[in-house]
Amino acid sequence: MNLILSAKNLSRICSYATVSVLFFTVPTVYADWQLNMREGVTEISRAIYDLHMVIFWICVAIAIIVFGVMLYSVIYHRKSRGAKAHNFHENLYVEIAWTVIPMVILIGMAVPATGTLIKMYDARESDLDIQVTGYQWKWRYQYLESGVDFFSSLTTPQEQIVGDAEKTENYLLEVDNPMVIPVGLKVRFLITANDVIHSWWVPDFAVKKDAIPGFINESWTIVEEPGIYRGQCAELCGKDHGFMPIVVEVKSKADFDIWVSEQLLAQAEKAKSAEKRWNLDELMVLGEEVYTKSCAACHQASGEGIPGVFPALKGSLIVQGDPAAHINLVLNGKPGTAMQAFIDQLSATELAAVITYERNAWGDSLGDIISPSQIAKMKQ
Amino acid sequence: MSTGTEQLVESELDTQEAHAHHGPAKGISRWFLTTNHKDIGSMYLWFSLVMFMTGGCMALLIRAELFQPGLQFLEPAFFNQMTTMHGLIMVFGAVMPAFVGLANWMIPMMIGAPDMALPRLNNWSFWILPFAFSIMLMTLFMEGGGPNFGWTFYAPLSTTFAPPSVTYFIFAVHMMGISSIMGAINVIVTILNMRPPGMIMMKLPLFVWTWLITAFLLILVMPVLAGVVTMMLMDIHFGTSFFNAAGGGDPVLFQHIFWFFGHPEVYIMILPAFGIVSEIIPTFARKKLFGYSSMVYATSSIAFLSFIVWAHHMFTVGIPLMGELFFMFATMLIAVPTGVKVFNWVATMFRGSMTFETPMLFAIAFVVLFSIGGFSGLMLAIAPADFQYHDTYFVVAHFHYVLVPGSIFSIMAGVYYWLPKWTGNYYDEKMGRLHFWLSFVGINITFFPMHFVGLAGMPRRVPDYALQFADFNAVSSVGAFLFGFSQLLFIYNVVCCIRKRNQATDRVWEGAHGLEWSVPSPAPYHTFTKPPKVD
Ligand code: HEC
Ligand code: HEM
Ligand SMILES: [Cu+2]
Ligand SMILES: [Cu+2]
Repeated sequence: MNLILSAKNLSRICSYATVSVLFFTVPTVYADWQLNMREGVTEISRAIYDLHMVIFWICVAIAIIVFGVMLYSVIYHRKSRGAKAHNFHENLYVEIAWTVIPMVILIGMAVPATGTLIKMYDARESDLDIQVTGYQWKWRYQYLESGVDFFSSLTTPQEQIVGDAEKTENYLLEVDNPMVIPVGLKVRFLITANDVIHSWWVPDFAVKKDAIPGFINESWTIVEEPGIYRGQCAELCGKDHGFMPIVVEVKSKADFDIWVSEQLLAQAEKAKSAEKRWNLDELMVLGEEVYTKSCAACHQASGEGIPGVFPALKGSLIVQGDPAAHINLVLNGKPGTAMQAFIDQLSATELAAVITYERNAWGDSLGDIISPSQIAKMKQ
Repeated sequence: MSTGTEQLVESELDTQEAHAHHGPAKGISRWFLTTNHKDIGSMYLWFSLVMFMTGGCMALLIRAELFQPGLQFLEPAFFNQMTTMHGLIMVFGAVMPAFVGLANWMIPMMIGAPDMALPRLNNWSFWILPFAFSIMLMTLFMEGGGPNFGWTFYAPLSTTFAPPSVTYFIFAVHMMGISSIMGAINVIVTILNMRPPGMIMMKLPLFVWTWLITAFLLILVMPVLAGVVTMMLMDIHFGTSFFNAAGGGDPVLFQHIFWFFGHPEVYIMILPAFGIVSEIIPTFARKKLFGYSSMVYATSSIAFLSFIVWAHHMFTVGIPLMGELFFMFATMLIAVPTGVKVFNWVATMFRGSMTFETPMLFAIAFVVLFSIGGFSGLMLAIAPADFQYHDTYFVVAHFHYVLVPGSIFSIMAGVYYWLPKWTGNYYDEKMGRLHFWLSFVGINITFFPMHFVGLAGMPRRVPDYALQFADFNAVSSVGAFLFGFSQLLFIYNVVCCIRKRNQATDRVWEGAHGLEWSVPSPAPYHTFTKPPKVD
C-alpha cells in the first residue's frame, strides 16, 4: 500500500521531469503533449494507474543500473583508452543473483496486480445493467431494466474529416446519442457484437472489453464524478474502425432518472410517427438523412458501393425490383454478410424513408412510396 | 550475389578446393538451380532486403497519412490494407527470410560443415518465397482489395467479412509456412548431423544454438498457423463454422490458435538476433562471452515459456480470472531469462577492450533498445494494466522496439559483421557509422512518442485520430521518414562493398574467433570440404 501511495507522488514528479527534460526545445502546449496514462475517475482506474506507475519505476530503476554499467564500460573499457580485456567469463554467484533478484521483484509486482484483477472481475450486484452491442460502425446501448434502447454513432461531419472544414474540439470523439449513466452506482456492461469483434473502451473508467459475436462479456464501473467521458473502439473492425467513438455522460441519479423517462417518451413518440401520412418529398428528405448516417459508410453516398466488398445500390436488381424483397433485405439484413438487419436500428418511418430514397435516388427513379405504416406492421 | 564474379577466380584462392571441379554455374540458371548454401543465403538476404523496402514504403504511406489528423492520402479501406500488408511483409518477408539467409551463409561455416544437409530442399525453400509474396502482393490489385484485417487476421473479420482475395492470402500463408518448415528441418539436420568431430554441442557458437532452438519453434508452430488458415478456408468456402458464432462456432478459438502460433513466432524473430549479438559483442569487446552456458539455458527456457504465454495477447477477450492470472504470471516469468541475456551481454562488455565499428554500434543499440522493448513488455504483462494498454499505440511502440531496433538492427549488425567475409572487401566504415546514427535517431524519434500517444489513449490501426494526439504523431512521422531514407545508405554501402576492392583480411576483425574466420576472404564457393580440426 505504501509503495502505491508514494508511487503517486513520484508519478507527478516524473511527468514534470520528463516534460521538461524531453521537450524543453519544443514550443508546446502541455495539454497536447500528454505523456502518461490518465488516472481516470474510478477506483479501478486509479488502481491500474498506480500499478502502471510502480512497474514503470521498477523498469526505470533496472534501466538505470543496467544502462549505467553499460555506459561505464563503453566509456572506460574502450581500446582507445588503452583498456586491456580481462579474462573472466563465468561467475555462478552473480548469475544466480541476477536470476533470483528479478524473480523476487516480479513476485512483489504480481501480488498487487492479482488483487486488482480480482476486483475487476467482480461484476456482482450491479445497480444498473446495460447491454452494449458493437455494430459496423456504431454502438447500441440497451438498458435492460428500463427498456431504453438506442444506437450511438459518430457525428463529426465528413467535411472536417477530409479537411474542408476546421476541425472542432471533439473531433472524432463526438456522437449523436451518448450513453448516460448515474454517478456513484455500480453499472454493469454486458458487451457483445452483431457482426465482427469490436472492443468497448473508455480510458477514464479503465473499462476495455472485447465485443464478440456470440459471446456476452461482463464489465462494470462505478464512476465517481459526473462529466462527459470519451473513448473509442479498440479492436480493428473493418473500414471505419477509427470512426466509432464512445461517449458516456455521467449524471446525478435524479438527472439520470429524468433522462430515462424522456427517452422512453421519445421512443413512444417515434413509433407513433409512422401513423402520419408521408408524401414522397418528405420521405426523400428524411431518407437521404438516414441513408447518409446508416448506409453511406458501405454503399457510399453515390450509391455506387465499393466494388468487391459493398455492392452498388444504384442499378441494383433488388433495389429496382420487387419492393417486398427490398424491404425484407433492409429489415432483416443478410446473415453472414456485412449487410446487417436494420429492423431494430431504425424506426418504421426511417426505414420507409430510406427504402423509398434508395428506390428514387441516383437517377433510377421508380416513383414508388414505401409507407411507414406498412413497415410498422411488419415490425410487429 | 554478394559473392559476385570474383567466384570465378576463387579456385586459386581456395586451398581446400583441391579437386576444383565445381565453381558456380554460369548465367542466370546459377540462381535457379543452385544448391550452394552461400548462393541460397545471398538470395534470401536480397529477397529480404527487397521485402524490407516494400514493407517500408507501406509504412511511410501509413506515417504520411498519420502525419496530421484528418484523411489526406489514403482511404480508410486502403489504409487497413497497408497496415495489414506492412505487418505481414515485415514479419514473413523481411525478418524471417533475413535470418534464414544468415543461417544459410553462416551455420555451415560456423560449425565447419561443407554445406547445409539438404541442399535441394534448401533451394526449394527459397524459391517458394518469391511466388508466395507475389501472390500476396497481387491481392492488392484484386476487386475488393487485399487483406485488410490486420496481420493477426482475427475471424470473423477475416472470414465472413473478408474481401474475396482472402483465399489467395491463405494460399500465400501456406506457401510461406512450407518454406519455413523446410528451412527449419534443414537447419536442425545440419546442426545435429554435420558437425565435425570435436564440435560438441556446448562448443557451438551461440548463433548456431539460437537458430537450432528457433528451428524447433518453427517446426512446432508453423503447422498451427497452417491449421488456422485452413480452418478459415473451410469456413469461407466449405460451409464449416469453426469461427462463426451463428453456426455454433467460436471466434475466440481463432485467437487462441493464432496466438499459440503467434507468441512463439515473436521469439522466432528474436532468438537468432540474440545469437548474432552474442557473436558480435565478444568480438569487439575482445573478451569471451560471459555466461555461455547460461545463455544456452536462458534461450531454451524462453523457447519453452513462449508456448505457455499466448493468451497475454487476449487479456481483454474475457478469459476466466484463473486463466488471466496464469498467463500473467507466465508472461512475467519470461522476463527473467530475457534479463539474464541482457546482463550477460553487459558483463561481456564490462572490463573488455572495446572498439566501436558499425556492427558493434548496432549490437550495443540492440541491447539498449531491445531492453526498452522488454520493459514495455513487462508492463504489458501486468494484466490489469494491459486493459489500458491493449490495442493502443503503446503496444505498437512495444513491438516495434523489439522488432526494429531488435530484430532489424541485429540483422544489420550481422550483415556489416560478415559482409567482409562474404565479399572479401571491407564496407565503408564511415558510411556505416553514419547509417547507424541516422537509423538510431530515426528509430527513437519514430517509436518513442508512440508510448505517449498510446498511454494518452490512441487506439492502433486507425487512419485518423483525435486532435490531442496530433503533435506526437507529427513527430513520429518525421522520424519514420528519416529512418526510411537512411536505409538507402545501407544499400549503397553494401553494393559498393561488393563491387569495390578494399581487400579484407581472413580474420577480418581483430577480436574475431570461430571457424568462419579461418577460411579465406571472400569465402570460397565451397568451404570445409574436409572437416576442420576442432580443439
Ligand atoms: C456495414 C456495411 C453495410 C451497411 C452499413 C449497409 N449495408 Fe447494405 N449491404 C452490405 C453488403 C456487404 C451487402 C451485400 C450482401 C450480399 O452479399 O448479398 C449489402 C446489400 C444491400 C442491398 C442489396 C443490394 C444488392 O443488389 O444485392 C441493399 C438494398 C442494401 N444493402 C441496403 C442497405 C441500406 C438501406 C442500408 C442502410 C440502412 C445499408 N444497406 C447499410 C453492407 C452494408
Ligand atoms: C520481456 C519479454 C516480453 C514480454 C514480457 C512481452 C509481452 C507482451 C505482451 C503482454 C503483449 C500483448 C500486448 C497487448 O496486445 O495488449 C505483447 C505484444 C507483442 N509483442 Fe511482446 N513481449 C516481450 C518480448 C517481445 C519480443 C522479443 C518480441 C518480438 C521480437 C515481441 C513482439 C510482440 C508483438 C509483435 C506484439 C504485438 C502483437 C499484436 O498484437 O499485433 N515481444 N508483448
Ligand atoms: Cu473497431
Ligand atoms: Cu506475446
